[in-house]
Amino acid sequence: MVISIGFEGSANKLGVGIIKDGHVLSNCRKTYITPPGEGFLPRETARHHQNNIVKLLEEALIQANIKSSEIDVVCYTKGPGMGGPLVSVALVARTVAQLWNKPLIPVNHCIGHIEMGRLITGSINPTVLYVSGGNTQIIAYSNKRYRIFGETIDIAVGNCLDRFARILKLSNDPSPGYNIEQLAKCGKKFLPLPYVVKGMDVSFSGILTFIEEKGHKYLKSGEYTEADLCFSLQETIFAMLVETTERAIAHCGSNEVLIVGGVGCNKRLQNMMDIMCSERQAVLYATDERFCIDNGVMIAYTGALMYSSGFKCKWEDTFCTQRFRTDDVEVTWRE
Amino acid sequence: MSNTNILYKQGAEGRIFKINYFGKPAISKERFKKKYRNEELDKRLTKERIRAEAKSILRCKNAGICVPAVYLVDFEGRRIILEYIDNSETISDLIDKLTTKNCDESNEKLKEISIKMGDVIGKMHYNNIIHGDLTTSNILIKYESDSTWNLYLIDFGLSYIKSSDEDKAVDLYVLERALTSKHSNVNWFFDEFLISYRQYGENNERIFKKFNEVRARGRKRTTIG
Repeated sequence: MVISIGFEGSANKLGVGIIKDGHVLSNCRKTYITPPGEGFLPRETARHHQNNIVKLLEEALIQANIKSSEIDVVCYTKGPGMGGPLVSVALVARTVAQLWNKPLIPVNHCIGHIEMGRLITGSINPTVLYVSGGNTQIIAYSNKRYRIFGETIDIAVGNCLDRFARILKLSNDPSPGYNIEQLAKCGKKFLPLPYVVKGMDVSFSGILTFIEEKGHKYLKSGEYTEADLCFSLQETIFAMLVETTERAIAHCGSNEVLIVGGVGCNKRLQNMMDIMCSERQAVLYATDERFCIDNGVMIAYTGALMYSSGFKCKWEDTFCTQRFRTDDVEVTWRE
Repeated sequence: MSNTNILYKQGAEGRIFKINYFGKPAISKERFKKKYRNEELDKRLTKERIRAEAKSILRCKNAGICVPAVYLVDFEGRRIILEYIDNSETISDLIDKLTTKNCDESNEKLKEISIKMGDVIGKMHYNNIIHGDLTTSNILIKYESDSTWNLYLIDFGLSYIKSSDEDKAVDLYVLERALTSKHSNVNWFFDEFLISYRQYGENNERIFKKFNEVRARGRKRTTIG
């Protein structure tokens, strides 16, 4: 029996979660929300995390109704992510690990998403579409690694959505992607946008440049409404993701698809993926915002898996790194 | 054409039927409507891809690269009819087969294939054809006799004509990733391929440099959140 606490703060979400043998005891989160038209910057985001983490930690312990002495292992996000926010959160994890005298486990953020997705949905060996503000990867497990079959060759899909929302000055509350999703429901007229798929890789930067250059012109002339643009953007980028995922599952002969990451909450993306899956007799697994969006539990759970498989980390190796590839991690807990 | 069309394979792009086309064994590749995709977008992409496929196959043929012959291009029916490559299998299947054996003989064979592959892809890029979806599933080995074989390139739906090094380098990158992710036990295969590829033309050294840039872009990308 392992009780594990996880600290996550690689981007603008700060999360602390506690899990006991795959059973979530608490999952607390606080999001740093910026005004419309602005993105989150490392320094301000780090300050947000520093100001809130102790309160969030208390909340997580109270909700889980356990004492610090009952915790077996402390886990934190080692990377990838923004330097400042990562370090601010790791500092707290290191401090409590020493105060409580518990082992400290550094966790890869992307692997955290995958393992949490597998736990919640019960999927066994899925092809994973990991889509968030900083990541766009199509991943499948083989030979002790989560291997990246396809990914973005420039910006991440969530980044494309965020920046698109900034151009239109949409609200960042609760998230730019959510507001685009709601607006897109009223969109009718389809604007052809650059559609770039290279094998299993995708590219989004061309779309952004296109909207930057022509978006306001279309809005002014009334040719397309804001909703039309949101609709066209979603239809285009999600079609690219579904197409490459389909190519990956055809390539590996897989019959399970799992969507994880913040963009994975998008109902339209889930719906499109579901249609593709049912055409191929495959099954789609997706989670809701509690686990799709960055959270502490996924770090706690993955750390617990690592800990149970015998993983140990020297104190001097418990650092953070902004760049940390999914396929860098040896998966010791899977056959 | 006979009515006894057999579903040969369901690829990501469409359904592939084995048919009889005026007495010849043929493949009908039908890009059925993708229901998940916006209709307008779907129409545009399907047309673009059928056109690209026909165009690049012809160009390859002219360059002396083995490709299936195009029998019919049918935009209305969203399909393209191609020559059936008899007595063949995908490189992907062959690698899997040979690596499970893992003896000197099979390694020798793999090496021969990797060298030939470098030659074929080198030639394709020399003719400014970008494949767009280079994977081991899209290269066939056809056994002409007991000892001779040829490599056939297929699946040109994402292909286009361009002379830029960048696009060729991305093509190589796609192939490398397909190889390392699916056939992680034969890492040397791609290295052998590259050696042969670099020897093909004088430009290929430049493409190789670009390829290293593309590679670094992928591996070192800051991934946040």
